[in-house]
Amino acid sequence: MPITFRHDVDQVLKEAKTQQQPVLLDFSAAPM
Amino acid sequence: MWPDPRVTRFVTENFSPARVHVKEDPEAFKRYGERYKAPWTPTILLLDANGVEHYRIEGFLPAEDLLAQLMLGRARIAFDEQQWTEAERRFREVVERFPNSDAAAEALYWAGVAPYKATGNPASLKATGQAFKERYQDTPWAKKASVWA
Repeated sequence: MPITFRHDVDQVLKEAKTQQQPVLLDFSAAPM
Repeated sequence: MWPDPRVTRFVTENFSPARVHVKEDPEAFKRYGERYKAPWTPTILLLDANGVEHYRIEGFLPAEDLLAQLMLGRARIAFDEQQWTEAERRFREVVERFPNSDAAAEALYWAGVAPYKATGNPASLKATGQAFKERYQDTPWAKKASVWA
């Protein structure tokens, strides 16, 4: 199953802080 | 690299994954690229829950090497958060699962540091210095650990 990357980075960071979950931020040029 | 099931499982279990795509959203790429000083792709940043960067992977890696680097980075977050036992466990897992990866020597080094930070007992540093005499001798991490042996 592929990773579901989210694109609303600020929202991911906000939720991560609430959930105390590390974040993987991928800067990509790969075909989508 | 991302479709590899081992990588996807590890990422899903350990991180909230987010992506900035240079072509799909160049404005976001510029904004976050400047914020995190990430002008190149692929670049993967491992951030703690407060958005602070702890580890960076730049350039393409085959799946196995990528997984080893991701595991090393996750261990590094635990280390920086002074979760010494968890950090040591994660560092040692890199060495055990991927002994031939580029990440292994660095993981071995920090696996020796974590228990020292927890206890102040230098025995783990000495043991790590000795371990580097038997493996990874040609790496910078062996040089750094040589003072412990």
